[in-house]
Amino acid sequence: MTNHRNRYPARRKFLKQSAALSAGAATLAAPAVVLGQRPAAIKVGVLHPVTGALAVSGVPCREGALMAIEDINAAGGIKSMGGARLEAVLGDAQSQPQVGASEVEKMNEAGVAAIVGAYASSICLATTQAAARHGIAHIVDVGVADQIVERGLKNTFRFGPGYRTVTQVAMHNLHVLNTLAGKPAKTAMIVHEESLFGTGTANLLAKELPTYGFEVKEIVKHANPTRDFNNIVLRIKAVNPDIVIPANYYNEYALLVRTMRQQKVAPMAIYSVLGGAASNYRFVKEFPDAANGIIDVNHWFNPRDKRVPALRKRVESKGGFFVYEFFMNYTAMWLLADALERAKSAKREDIIAALESSTFANHIMPYGPTKFVNGQNQGARPLMTQVLRSDIKVIVPQEFREADPVFPWKA
Amino acid sequence: MLELSILWPSIANGLATGAIYALVALGLTLIYGVLHIINFAHGAALMVALYGVQLLFTRFGVDPYAAIVVLVPAMFGFGYVLQRFVIARASHGKDENILLVTLGIAIVLENLALVLFTADTRTIETRWSLATIDIAGAFIAVPKAVAFVGALAAAAILLALMARTDLGRAIRALARQRHGAKLVGIDVEHVFAMSFGIGLACLGAAACFLLPAYYVNPTVGNGFVLVAFTIVVLGGMGSFAGALVGGLLIGVVESVSGLYLGESLGQIGIFVIFLLVLMFRPTGLFGSKA
Repeated sequence: MTNHRNRYPARRKFLKQSAALSAGAATLAAPAVVLGQRPAAIKVGVLHPVTGALAVSGVPCREGALMAIEDINAAGGIKSMGGARLEAVLGDAQSQPQVGASEVEKMNEAGVAAIVGAYASSICLATTQAAARHGIAHIVDVGVADQIVERGLKNTFRFGPGYRTVTQVAMHNLHVLNTLAGKPAKTAMIVHEESLFGTGTANLLAKELPTYGFEVKEIVKHANPTRDFNNIVLRIKAVNPDIVIPANYYNEYALLVRTMRQQKVAPMAIYSVLGGAASNYRFVKEFPDAANGIIDVNHWFNPRDKRVPALRKRVESKGGFFVYEFFMNYTAMWLLADALERAKSAKREDIIAALESSTFANHIMPYGPTKFVNGQNQGARPLMTQVLRSDIKVIVPQEFREADPVFPWKA
Repeated sequence: MLELSILWPSIANGLATGAIYALVALGLTLIYGVLHIINFAHGAALMVALYGVQLLFTRFGVDPYAAIVVLVPAMFGFGYVLQRFVIARASHGKDENILLVTLGIAIVLENLALVLFTADTRTIETRWSLATIDIAGAFIAVPKAVAFVGALAAAAILLALMARTDLGRAIRALARQRHGAKLVGIDVEHVFAMSFGIGLACLGAAACFLLPAYYVNPTVGNGFVLVAFTIVVLGGMGSFAGALVGGLLIGVVESVSGLYLGESLGQIGIFVIFLLVLMFRPTGLFGSKA
């Protein structure tokens, strides 16, 4: 048995030795730190709705941004700044614009150089404005409402397409598909969510559809969250449109399409414009029967890019899905890294200037080199996909085509 | 003009939703009828029960319907303890205090849920989530059909409990004449707590039937409690038959007005009926004159 008197001096001795050792180690290491001059990390705001009604999209957004930071740092950080590493300052907009704006204030306090986010249009509208007050560059990852880049905010840069561009492409493509099939579809019904994104898209669609000869039978709006689409689907059943066009977020999109199956409602096409779940590997995996045949005009990667399969594999090996929320943020973060590289500075105004003249081309999107005009990337465009045999295939344009479109869809 | 062929499916759907409303309202009317407590924490308690079902399903793989055997006793115990040791003690028998105490409990529960589960909307997917049954041309989702049958069965059990058992008689005696009940030897504190417990046990059952076709988040109860109060007033304060019929009626009205007026305006129908009842039959459909 150990004697108490003996034990305590032994511990003191050990502590003394350890202290001496660590002091020695610190003295030895100190010159290395001075010599290496490791630059300070660059703080980057990563702001998304990771809780609340939009969490299902906000979480992969954050994962995309964080994986990009991981890759950028692993590739040596920002080389023009001595290999400075990026450091994420995480923010949660809780699916509410006002919370998003207050998160920007916190990020400003934390000294972020720039912000990437904030997924939903209504949240982006608030966060870009809040960031503008502090002169923080804000890269909009998704936020499709065109108002976001049309308010003259110098700090706001949207890498992806806005809903006007997407709607125009979608309507043109629908017209071509329908004409090639002998014009079987004549009527459409729009189902949209109630916030800025859904309402704005629905208004654009209602304006565009008649110019291509389609009659808009009805426009139905719903809340977020909605957990019962029976009434809406019964209306679809009564109206019996040739095409149903949903514009809503993941949960509601998935439920709408599933309820349509339950109620045995099968139009010629479920033709989505920025559909929340339409071109989503998670939806296709979880509900293959409901997903098959769905067409979507949405953010999509360049299917010819050689880096995509490896990236997708990495995401899936971590239990995630390679959804547009993920790769839009992954690319947006690389866009920021590219701007930092050229700015050679983490000053907010220098980053904004670098983004204004950005020609970032080393990415996986089908956009070509970036060219920002009033904060909008001019080359940004959506691709048209269709779920075929439980996989998502690009059907339009020809240069990226992976499969021939099936229209009208035979359920 | 919309076809009549879709009216029946909408009514059938409304009946299924209405049965859940009825179950929530039954608990509320019991608590109100006996204790004269306007229980603002009713929605929050439903939310607690829904999280209970969700956790049992995701963590332990317990089927939501099998979870009834856990949730009903658990919610009963929660209600009993809440009434006996929190509401009764903190309110000192004053109605205005009771209002504040139940409101306080609701705020605490909701924020606790926010801390524990975040603001996420959670759902559960079961094997039969997508299945439907054809009832005279209306395709009703299986979870909704089960909810309808289950909620009616639970309501029947509650009604039998109130009509046939000593406890039911004691509860009814207390509702009528508190002092008289005390004089004949009824343990008032205990029966009060039992009533509150049974009221919350109804929510436990409602949660098990509701979640497979619905969702849970920290504020999910608010929508239900507003509708449940409407049903209680519509059916007649403290009337069980009123809550049952009122619940089904409100479910149908909400569904049909949602169909014809659009989802956003759907709830207007509920409040139009509510106003009409208040104007022409202020005691409610089954309420007796005070």
